[in-house]
Amino acid sequence: MLTYALRRLMMLPIVLFALSLMIFALQMSLSPTQRLAAYAPSPDYLKGGQESIRRMIEQYGLNDPFYIQYGRWIGGVLTGNLGWSETARQPVSTALMSLFPATVELVVLAFIPCLLIAIFLGSRAGIHLNRWPDHLIRIFTILGWSFPVYVFGLLMLLVFYSALDWFPPGRLSQWAQTTVSSGDFVRYTGANTVDALLNGNLAIFWDSLRHLAAPVITLTYVNVASMTRVMRTSMLETLRQDYVRTARAKGLPRRVVELKHARRNALLPVATIAGMELAVMMGGVVITETIFDYAGLGQFAAKTAANLDFPAVLGFGLYFAVVLVLMNLIVDLIYPLLDPRVKTQ
Amino acid sequence: MKALRYLARNPVSLLGVVILLAFVLVAVFAPMLAPPQSFQLSPYDTPRAGFLATPMPPSRDALFGTTQGQYDIFYGVVWGTRTAFKIGLGVVAISVLIGTVVGAVAAYYGGLAEEILMRIVDVFMAVPFLIAAMVLTALLGKGIWPITIALTTFGWMSYARIVRSEILRIREMDYIHAARSYGASDLRLIVLHILPNAMFPVLVLATMATGSMVLSASALSFLGVGTEEGYADWGQFIAYSRNWIVGQPGNPFQFWYTLAFPGAAVFLFVLSWNLVGDALRDMLDPRHSH
Repeated sequence: MLTYALRRLMMLPIVLFALSLMIFALQMSLSPTQRLAAYAPSPDYLKGGQESIRRMIEQYGLNDPFYIQYGRWIGGVLTGNLGWSETARQPVSTALMSLFPATVELVVLAFIPCLLIAIFLGSRAGIHLNRWPDHLIRIFTILGWSFPVYVFGLLMLLVFYSALDWFPPGRLSQWAQTTVSSGDFVRYTGANTVDALLNGNLAIFWDSLRHLAAPVITLTYVNVASMTRVMRTSMLETLRQDYVRTARAKGLPRRVVELKHARRNALLPVATIAGMELAVMMGGVVITETIFDYAGLGQFAAKTAANLDFPAVLGFGLYFAVVLVLMNLIVDLIYPLLDPRVKTQ
Repeated sequence: MKALRYLARNPVSLLGVVILLAFVLVAVFAPMLAPPQSFQLSPYDTPRAGFLATPMPPSRDALFGTTQGQYDIFYGVVWGTRTAFKIGLGVVAISVLIGTVVGAVAAYYGGLAEEILMRIVDVFMAVPFLIAAMVLTALLGKGIWPITIALTTFGWMSYARIVRSEILRIREMDYIHAARSYGASDLRLIVLHILPNAMFPVLVLATMATGSMVLSASALSFLGVGTEEGYADWGQFIAYSRNWIVGQPGNPFQFWYTLAFPGAAVFLFVLSWNLVGDALRDMLDPRHSH
């Protein structure tokens, strides 16, 4: 098991290397002048005219061969320097670190209801195969798959912000932002809800929940469908197994057989998918955060991609790959705890 | 025949087929439904009635109303159907082709070639799809082709995985051993005996993916890297609605039409492909039939 986990972890540098090479190659398709924007400390260099631009290109070595520039970048990454983001007007690593807690907060809050709803609906559908709960759940999941995130998000804005004024966009109201930025409020984690509780400030806790509600509902709705589907299939397979028939034959109540005997084992494939899903959600917040003007990694990634802010794009790509590989690894490691049969192999 | 009987028993799947056919009809008869004006350079340039910033509600001149900048929403939705079919089918067709070749080569040669190809698949899988597609589209410029290329570049991997595992599974079946003992060459085995049977799961995946690729394409337009200003593309029209959807104080639903019509178009289009894909899976996968 441990060797397997180690081998999995060894894949990470290879994936990261190939990924960075790929994005770097995309970046190199821009002219040196275009790439200069990422390095220039301020747009003033443009005022100096052609001569100044040429000097800057020289200074940053933007005309050097691909492998030299790539080597320079990798050298920076290894020392923790991901470069400068023109969009954020700060170093990429600083930007990523400061936005990370916001996205984790959002994703975790959406992931928990997502998982619970999927387990509930999926096992219902499996138990009542081809009867009305199954049909209803099937329609619900297909609708969820087909509903564009941005349309759903805009509808949420229309109803819950514009019409009802319950869930405003952004991360905090103006007054709360002022309090949080002041010296009295200690930023322990960077996640507003957690920090508010730790500071004992319930008003800010409530305010940040109001801002989180709409993006959390949106993320939950668009992600719950696929997990429900997996749970349903898994429940169906489990219910067909011999030990379930035995349990039924010896006269155990239906509920006990279905919920205690079958559902527990049906959860196994869901655990695998859940890890993947969490990782995908960590990268899939792009549209949700953009719609609700929620300052997190997703909104940052969307802005930087549209601006071709390559140091930031590279940084986000590396972040996403690490999350993906680590989530898979965690699932692999906790799997034997869920299913003791795996350990004996 | 089997398909018709299935549809008769599954009204929801039938609904999917009907919606899809309706979209096909709209796409085919677009020039009659929303005739382009003679001065338009391309029928995909949505005509505009002036340059006023505020959207206008549905009227006799503009059935679905107009967006900011007075683009005609009805015209955009009708011609956007062609855009959606072009992008969806284009991306999926090219992706299936690439994925099938990669998967087949990996399964056929095995060894080092397989290892390298499947690791390339892994790397592409670790890429954040939407962000990568955004970057590539932004690099290539605006329009349908950049979108298609970008979505294909980062969307072919699952076909390669399925084709490879299907080939590995089918290769060990008796009828393949029989064909081999008759002296059929490896290439003949793959192309004539194995691939046709491996194509069913690919077909299901491709049907579902057509809808989701149209979703991603309009997401690109929504995020501002998709098609040119005024191009008949649903995502673009939804993006126009973004600044207006909150309405005005006291009248939150004032600009409902800017989101409702293009939003419904994307939703129904994707829904119909998903329903058809779901029905296909039920029909082709014996484990799901009952």
